[in-house]
Amino acid sequence: MASPAPPAPPAPVAPPPGPWQQATVLEVGTETASAKTFRLRLPDPRPYLPGQYFIVRLTAPDGYRAQRSYSVASAPGGDVIELTVERLPGGEVSEFLHDVVMPGDQLEVRGPVGYFGWDGKAPALGVAGGSGVVPLMAMLRTARRAGTPGLMRLVVSARTPEDLFYSGELPGPDATVIYTRRVPPGDRRPPGRLAPGDLAAAAGDGRLAYVCGSPAFCDAATALLLGLGVPTDRIKTERFGPSG
Amino acid sequence: MAFTRGFSGRRARDPRLPPGQYDAGQDWPVLNAEATPSIDVGRWTFTVDGLVDRVTTWTWEQVHALPPARYEGAIHCVTTWSKFDMTFTGVSVDTLLAAAGPADNAAFVVARSDTGYTTNMPLEDVTGGKAWVVWEANGAPLADVHGGPARLIVPHLYFWKSAKWVSGLQLTDHDEPGFWESNGYHNHGDPWLEQRYQGD
Repeated sequence: MASPAPPAPPAPVAPPPGPWQQATVLEVGTETASAKTFRLRLPDPRPYLPGQYFIVRLTAPDGYRAQRSYSVASAPGGDVIELTVERLPGGEVSEFLHDVVMPGDQLEVRGPVGYFGWDGKAPALGVAGGSGVVPLMAMLRTARRAGTPGLMRLVVSARTPEDLFYSGELPGPDATVIYTRRVPPGDRRPPGRLAPGDLAAAAGDGRLAYVCGSPAFCDAATALLLGLGVPTDRIKTERFGPSG
Repeated sequence: MAFTRGFSGRRARDPRLPPGQYDAGQDWPVLNAEATPSIDVGRWTFTVDGLVDRVTTWTWEQVHALPPARYEGAIHCVTTWSKFDMTFTGVSVDTLLAAAGPADNAAFVVARSDTGYTTNMPLEDVTGGKAWVVWEANGAPLADVHGGPARLIVPHLYFWKSAKWVSGLQLTDHDEPGFWESNGYHNHGDPWLEQRYQGD
């Protein structure tokens, strides 16, 4: 029987999720007025690729549960992961994490999950909008630790300097930051949305592109990359939806 | 069960919500693994193949000539949003399968998309009025970002099973994990059993 074969599914490159485990909160850091980074120690560390995420599950005394997924911001290795969580108004889980959780607390987590992983070897370009920088920061940190110049390039779009996550590490020789609403003093690029010129230098050599942000940002960034000649199959996107 | 210190959860649970889900209200969040394609209905086709008596392909016009069918109800995304009172219009998967004639040993189905996306299900999850190929949502043509011009919907499972930009179904005698099922997600995906990830 002659039946056309379906396209092969994209090869899974990412490690599978481990079991639920009780992580210990080591530290809660502030990224911006609405984003915090939770540093967690895992009793059962799991290998993951930069770009993947973990799930956080909250359980009430009556058994009611709520869970959300949050990208890992830290480079793999060791028994500590960092999850950066944006506080969404009315978000049942993100508001709890921001307002209640403190060092010493236990948080139930599971991971890693997700296809949006980088092997840490193939040259990569990250294009991030807003909180979409979180999984790409894991990639940048991995590349910086590897010490291979040019392995990872990152272009981050933030609204204002106060909205930039990881401002102690961004920008850098391998990372540019563009601002859409207001720029810091001395920045020569006027505020404005991501434009072809912001990506042209970084996208030039056929490297794999990882795009992460809101659906609108991902669509816009993907269109820019396609316009610069990056083929569709060299672009991976992770769309951050509301995930309160 | 280990409790989370200080967490009581929001009260006023809607009994229509599966565990761990929230009502997205008017929002319809979009999460794709790939860039949004733009598909010309003039070149659109849908094929049922694999373990069938007759490999069958429909054009856009041919699929619209089939008996119409409608789903009215809720959809549940694994990223924890649910939407109520959705209306999708298209054709029942039962109608498509009847035309192709599943072989006796067909037990599973792999839905595929133009983007290369795949998702797998037991055949019984897409038969008996449980699955549709749809081109209208709430009375309007299905938008590109929501999988238009046509997507599969299998609303009793998490919505990643409802392949966007669906281009065909392949019937098989064995289970072949699809894209998310190979990337840490549950093989079946029943929202009422909260089958989100592998091993849940």
